[in-house]
Amino acid sequence: MPDMSAGNQRLSISQTIGRWLIYAVLILFALYFLLPWIVMLLTSVKTMADIRTGNLISFPREFTLEAWKSAWSGACIGVKCGGIKAYFFNSVKMAVPAVAISTLIGAVNGYVFSKWRFRGSEMIFSLLLIGCFIPFQVILLPMARTLGNLGLAQSLSGLILVHVVYGVAFTTLFFRNFYVGIPTELVNAARIDGAGFFRIFFRIMLPVSKPIFVVCIIWQTTQIWNDFLFGVVFSSGDTQPVTVALNNLVNTSTGVKRYNVDMAAAIIAAFPTLLVYIVAGKYFVRGLTAGAVKG
Amino acid sequence: MAALKIENIYKKFGSVEVLKGISLDVASGEFLVLVGPSGCGKSTLLNLIAGLETVSAGSIMIGDRVVNDISPKDRDIAMVFQSYALYPNMNIRKNLSFGLETRKMPKAQIQEIVQKVSTLLQIQNLLDRKPSELSGGQRQRVAMGRALARNPKVFLFDEPLSNLDAKLRVEMRTEIKRLHQRINTTIVYVTHDQIEAMTMADRIAIMKDGIVQQFDTPENVYDNPSNRFVAGFIGSPSMNFMPAKVGIDAGQAFLIMDTGNGRSHKLTVPREISPLAPWNDREVIFGIRPEQITEDTKRSRETGKNNIINCEVQVVEPTGPDTLVFIQLNGVEVTCRVHPAAARRPGETMALQVDMSKAIFFHPETGERI
Ligand SMILES: Nc1ncnc2c1ncn2[C@@H]1O[C@H](COP(=O)(O)OP(=O)(O)O)[C@@H](O)[C@H]1O
Ligand SMILES: [Mg+2]
Repeated sequence: MPDMSAGNQRLSISQTIGRWLIYAVLILFALYFLLPWIVMLLTSVKTMADIRTGNLISFPREFTLEAWKSAWSGACIGVKCGGIKAYFFNSVKMAVPAVAISTLIGAVNGYVFSKWRFRGSEMIFSLLLIGCFIPFQVILLPMARTLGNLGLAQSLSGLILVHVVYGVAFTTLFFRNFYVGIPTELVNAARIDGAGFFRIFFRIMLPVSKPIFVVCIIWQTTQIWNDFLFGVVFSSGDTQPVTVALNNLVNTSTGVKRYNVDMAAAIIAAFPTLLVYIVAGKYFVRGLTAGAVKG
Repeated sequence: MAALKIENIYKKFGSVEVLKGISLDVASGEFLVLVGPSGCGKSTLLNLIAGLETVSAGSIMIGDRVVNDISPKDRDIAMVFQSYALYPNMNIRKNLSFGLETRKMPKAQIQEIVQKVSTLLQIQNLLDRKPSELSGGQRQRVAMGRALARNPKVFLFDEPLSNLDAKLRVEMRTEIKRLHQRINTTIVYVTHDQIEAMTMADRIAIMKDGIVQQFDTPENVYDNPSNRFVAGFIGSPSMNFMPAKVGIDAGQAFLIMDTGNGRSHKLTVPREISPLAPWNDREVIFGIRPEQITEDTKRSRETGKNNIINCEVQVVEPTGPDTLVFIQLNGVEVTCRVHPAAARRPGETMALQVDMSKAIFFHPETGERI
C-alpha cells in the first residue's frame, strides 16, 4: 500500500518521475500481453471483407457476431459442420470429473503423507513426485496400451483417467506441502478425542483446506482444459476435447480461411480458464503463500 | 494404587535413542511434573503415555491394564497441548463437545458437561466464538476445558503455559493447581520451567538426555539433589559450584577456600553431614545455594560454627526482598543472597556467613553426589 503514505505527503520531483516511469513500464508490459487478445477480439467481430482490407488492429467498420455464431454452432470441423459446441461440452465433461477426482485424491494423499506417515511413506512420496517431471510424451504409448487393456481406448472416461493419473502427482504435492504446515498437534488432539482417519480428515483438515483447494482446482483446470496432446492421442471423433476441435477447425479448409471464426473459436476455447482465474485468482495467490504467512 | 506405571521405557526414532530406560510410577490423584531442558525427551515420553507414539521397549500401565497396544482414544487419558491445538474451524462449544460426540454420547448429556466445564473454567460467555477470536489465556482455558470434558483417568499437559506472558503464566499456574485440588485427577505435567515444577508438583521427575536424573518430592529435589545436573537445574538463582580442596584435621573435614588477594579460609563441614573422609587432600565440587551464604549476623555467628568469610563484593543485584551479591571464591563467581540493608557496594569487603549444614559435594568427574 505505498499509495496511502503518498496521499498525505507531497512527492518530490524525482519521486514523481520515478512513479511515472514505473507506470509507463507497467502499461507497456500490460499492452504487450493484451495485444494478442485485442487482435483476437477485434478480428472476431469483423466481417471477412473488413479483415481483407483493414489491418490487424483497426477497428471493425461493421460490428458483427456472425463469426461467433458460426464458431459455436456452424463451422465445419472435418466433415461435420456443427461448430465447436459439442467439443466444448466434451471438455466440460472431461475437465469437471478429472479435476474433482484428482483434487480429492491429492487431498487424501497429502493428508496421509503429512499426518499419517508410515515406514517407507517418504520414499513413496518421492517416487510420486517424479511423476511431476515426466514429460507427457513419455507416457503416451504405455498409457495407450493400458487404456486399451482397460477397454477405455478413445473414450472420454479414458481421457479422464489419464488426466487423473497424471494430475495426482501435482495435487498430492500441493496438499502435502499445505498440510505439513498444519500443526500435527491438531491431529493428535483429535486422535485423543477419539476421531479416526476419515473423521479427522473431514472435520479437521478439510475445513481449513480452502486455499489449497483453490490452488489445486485452478492448476488442474488449466492443465486439463488446455491439454492438447492427450486429447489428440487418446480420443477421436465425437469424444475430442475443444482444444483438438479448435485445431481441426482451423485446419479444415473450405477454400478461403475465415480468420474471424478461428479467432472466435479460440476465445471460446480459452474462456473457461480465463473465467477460473478471474473468479478465483486472488485466492490462488493467497493459497500459494498460505504456508509462508500464518493467518 | 498407581494410576500410571511406566517400566523401563525405551524410544528410538530411527537410530536415535531419545528415551533410555525410563521408569516412573504415579499414584492416583498425584501431580507429577516432568521437567528438563529442551530436547531431553519430555514430549516424547508424554506422547508415549498418550499412545500417539509407540514404545520401542518397556511397558506402560494406566490403571491396572497395560496399554502398549491400545490406541490413544481408548487409554482413558486427555491431553492439553502447548499450542492448545483447538480446532480452528469449530466454535468453542464444538471444540468442547467434539470428543464427546465422537464417542456418541447422548446430546443432553453433552450439553450438561459443556455447561459444567465452561462454568468451572469461566468460559461460558465464549462458547459461540471461534478460537481465533480468543486471547492466549482464554484459549488455554478452552484447551483445558476440552480435556476436562472427557473426565479421564490421567491428564497429560505438555508445556501448557509456555505461550503465555509472564503474569498470566503465574496466574494460570495457581489456577491449574487449584483445579487439581478440586478434581483430584492424576496429572502428568511437562515443563522446562523449574519454577513451575517446584510450585505445582507433588513429585518431580527431572530428565536429561532421555534419562530420569531424579524422581522425588520438590523438597528433596531441592535439598538433596542426586547429582550436579539436578542441583544446578532446580533453583533460581542457580546453586553455586566451586572446586575445593578437602582437608581433614582431627576427624573434622574442611574445605580450603581462596577468598581473593591471596587470602584463604577454611570452611568446616559439620561432622553429621560429612561424607568427605575418603577425599582428604583431593578436590571435590562444593555446591551451596545462594541463600546459604548470607550477611553475618549475631544469630548466625552463634549457630554457624564460625564459617565466616570476608570477600570483596563485585556486583550487586537487588531483587526486592533480597539482594544478590556476587563474589569470587576459588576463582569462580559465587552468588550470595543477603538482606537488602546488609548489602555492601561493589569493591567493598563484606563478611558473609556460610551455612555449611546444607552444603553438598559432587564428584569432580562424574558429577554424582558424594
Ligand atoms: N518424530 C520424531 N522423529 C525424530 N526425532 C524426534 C521426533 N520427535 C522428537 N524427536 C527428537 O527427540 C528428542 C526429544 O524431543 P522432545 O521429546 O520433543 O523433547 P522435549 O523434552 O523438548 O519435549 C529431540 O532431539 C527431537 O529432535
Ligand atoms: Mg516438548
